[in-house]
Amino acid sequence: MKATRRSEALSAALLLLPFMAAFVLFFLLPAFQTLYLSLTESSLTRTSAFVGLANYDTLVHDPAFWSSLGNTFYFSVLTVIPLTALGLAMALLVDRFTGDRQRAGTWLQSVFFLPYVLPISVMTLIADWMLQPSSGIVNHLLGVQRAWFSDVHWAMPVVAIATVWWTVGFNMLIFLAGLRNIPREQYEAAALDGARGFAVFRHITWPALLPVTVTALVLQLIASLKVFGQTYIMTTGGPFNTTRVTLHYMYETAFTQSDAGYAAAVAMAFMFVVVALGLLQALLLRKRK
Amino acid sequence: MKHTQLHWTVIAIAAALSLAMLWVAPLLWALSTSLRPEYETISPVLHYLPRRWTVEAYAKVLGAGNVPRWLFNSALVALAVTVATMAISLMAAFAFSQLRFRGRNLLFLLSMLALLLPFEALLVPLFRTMNGLGLINTYAGIVLPQVVSPVVIYVFRQFFDAVPHDFRDAALLDGASPLRVLWSVYLPMSGNIVWAMAIVTFIGAWNNFLWPFIIVTSNDMMTIPLGLTQTYDAFGVRYAQLMAAALLGAFPVALAYIVFQRRVTQGLLAATGLKG
Repeated sequence: MKATRRSEALSAALLLLPFMAAFVLFFLLPAFQTLYLSLTESSLTRTSAFVGLANYDTLVHDPAFWSSLGNTFYFSVLTVIPLTALGLAMALLVDRFTGDRQRAGTWLQSVFFLPYVLPISVMTLIADWMLQPSSGIVNHLLGVQRAWFSDVHWAMPVVAIATVWWTVGFNMLIFLAGLRNIPREQYEAAALDGARGFAVFRHITWPALLPVTVTALVLQLIASLKVFGQTYIMTTGGPFNTTRVTLHYMYETAFTQSDAGYAAAVAMAFMFVVVALGLLQALLLRKRK
Repeated sequence: MKHTQLHWTVIAIAAALSLAMLWVAPLLWALSTSLRPEYETISPVLHYLPRRWTVEAYAKVLGAGNVPRWLFNSALVALAVTVATMAISLMAAFAFSQLRFRGRNLLFLLSMLALLLPFEALLVPLFRTMNGLGLINTYAGIVLPQVVSPVVIYVFRQFFDAVPHDFRDAALLDGASPLRVLWSVYLPMSGNIVWAMAIVTFIGAWNNFLWPFIIVTSNDMMTIPLGLTQTYDAFGVRYAQLMAAALLGAFPVALAYIVFQRRVTQGLLAATGLKG
C-alpha cells in the first residue's frame, strides 16, 4: 500500500509539472514581482534602486492616476446597470419562445449573443465606421454632424454603448441559465392559484433570479473595471484624457515612459480594487449556497 | 384574461424583433460596406445596399498586405493555446481530483488564487519575464502565458470528482498508469465538457487582444485582432477593405459559435461556475 501511495505521488508530480511550471513562471512569479517592482525605481527592462513606499506616495498625490480611476468608474457606471438590466430583459424575451416556438427562441438567443464572440478590434472597427463624422450611418440617421470620439461629453458614453452591444449577450446567457433553473412546477402551482403576468414575475421569477442578478452585477463590475482595449483603440484615451482608464495609465507609464516601478504601483492599486470586489462576490455566492 | 395574455405576447414579439434588428444591424452594415467598390463608401449619398455588388475588397485584403499572415498567425496561436491548455489542464485536474499526495489541497487553492488576481495587473513583470527569456515577437511568447487557465482546471476537476472512484480503482488495480487511466477511462466520459472548454478556449485565444498587444511589436508576428488595429496605416481610409478585413477576422469565431452553439454556451456557463 505504501508503495502505491509513493507511486501515486510521483505520477501526480509528473501530471502537475507542466501546469505548475507555467503557473509559477507566468502567474505566481509576476504577482510577486509586481509587488517588488512597486517598491523600486525601475525601467521596463532594468531594476534599479529600492525606494520603499515612494511610488505609493507619488500615486496618492498623482492627479493623473485619480482621474484615470475616475474614468474607470465612470465607464463602469455607464455599463454595469444597462448591461445587467438589458441582459435580464433579453433573457426574459428569449425565454418566452418555448414549445413550438423554440426555434425562434434559439435564433433570438444567437442574434443577441453573436457580437460577444467578435474580437474587440472588429467591434471597434465597425463602431468607428458607423460613427464617422461625415459618412457615418449614425450621423446620417440622426441628421447631425458630430465627431463622437473627439467630443468630451460623448466619447465615454459612446464607448459604453458600443460595449453594451458587444457584451450584453453574455449577461443574457447567465440570466437564461438562471431562468431555466426555476422548476416548472412553481409556475404551474402559481397558475393554479390564478397568478399571471406581472404577478408571476414578481413572486416566482424575480426571487429566483435575485442571486443570479447579484452574480451578474459583480461579474460585470469586475469586467468593466478591467476596461482597456475599447477606450485604447477607439479614443486612445482622448479627448483630453477623458477616456484614459487606469489600465491605460498603467500601460502608458510602463511601456511609453518606461517607468515600470511606478506602473507596478498603479497595478497594485488596481489589483486591490478588483480583488476586493472579487472577494465580495465570493462572499455573496457563498451566501447563496 | 385571454385578451391580456395575447396583448403581452404581441408586445414581447415586437420588442424581440426590434431588439434583434438593432443587434444585427451593425453586422449587416459592415457586410454591406464590405461588398461595395471603395468609391461608394465615401459617396455623399448613403445607400443601405451596394449600388454595385463586388467582392473586390475581399480580394484586395486577401491578395496583398498582411491580413493573410495575421490570419495564419491567429489560427496557429489559437490552435496551439487550445491544445496545450486542454492537455496540461486535463493532467493537472486529474491529479488534483484522483491522486493522493501531500499538499494537494494547498496547491489547488494556490492555483485557484489566479482566478482572483486580474491578469492585467501582471502585464509589466510578465513582459519583463518574457523579455528575459528572449520570447518577445515569438509564437512561444504569445502562446505560453495563455495556457495557464485555472478556470479550465477547476471545471475539469469538478467533473472528475463526480466520477465514481470504482472506475479509477479497477483500472489502477489492473496495473494501468494514471495517464493511461485518464486517457482511456476518464477522457471518453468527459467528451462533452472537454469539447465545450476547448471551443471556448479557442474563441478566447483567437480574440485575445491585450497579451499579443504587449508581446508583439513586429507586423509579421501580429494576430488578426491586433493587426486590425493597424489597418488604417495599411489601407489608408479604405472602408470597404477595412470591413472586409474585420469580417474575415471575425469569421472563424463566428463560425465556431454558430456550429457549436450549445457547447460554447455550456462552456461559458461552466467557466463562470453557474452550471456544471
